[in-house]
Amino acid sequence: MRKSLALLAFLVVVGFMVVGAAEMRDFGEPNTSSMDDYFIENSQDHNEVNNVVTAILFDYRGLDTLGEASILFSAVSGVVVVLRKMKEVKKGKEEEIKEEVRYP
Amino acid sequence: MKWRMSRVVRTVADVMVVPIVIYGIYLILHGHLTPGGGFQGGAVVASSVALLIVAYGVMDRHKGTLSAMESTGLTMFILIAFMGLGSTMFYNFLAGEGGLFGGSVSDGINAGYINTGGTVTLMNLMVGIEVIAALSLILYTMAMHSGSLDEMSEMSGEVEE
Repeated sequence: MRKSLALLAFLVVVGFMVVGAAEMRDFGEPNTSSMDDYFIENSQDHNEVNNVVTAILFDYRGLDTLGEASILFSAVSGVVVVLRKMKEVKKGKEEEIKEEVRYP
Repeated sequence: MKWRMSRVVRTVADVMVVPIVIYGIYLILHGHLTPGGGFQGGAVVASSVALLIVAYGVMDRHKGTLSAMESTGLTMFILIAFMGLGSTMFYNFLAGEGGLFGGSVSDGINAGYINTGGTVTLMNLMVGIEVIAALSLILYTMAMHSGSLDEMSEMSGEVEE
């Protein structure tokens, strides 16, 4: 029963994927290319940059890059906080923590 | 954490760290000309830090420097973003003005020149500094507190007090 149910769900998902792939546009032909053309034509005039990808990353979509940098900062903060707590427990405070748990 | 690997590993690490760091700095500084940029170059430099941690172990005194580097990189990035606020945020106020990174490029496909890009080049530099410090700090912290270094020192057999 469970295996036949799993097979049914699998076939439904595959069917949706096949329908979606059949209706997809051709490779290399976007539906709307006006934004791409704008970036390719104007990045050298606006930013004096030859690398269009870098121009998009650091100028047109700069807020996105700021978010990436903030995510990296918060990841480092989380790692440092978690591992600093482990170090404090390792330094001989396990007894106190057990006491607190036993007599809250 | 007073341990290190054998002499072969240490020598190979010494030889390989220099080209890895130079390649990472090249990727950061040429981010506006070639594929790559601050994130990728910073990851390359941080991989050399991983090599040094494997070969030599961890020293606690670098942690403050790395933390300061990371904060400085992110703060300078936000500062450069706000400095263009006369027009909009992230406005490229240095491009084509002459001076620092203010050269102008010719239209079309060309090899480019390093003194161009304006704030794009500066932001690449700041993001590179931040990524170097952040990934190195993650590696240092995890290596210091994971406890696997003690097992590795037993394996390598060269423990120095």
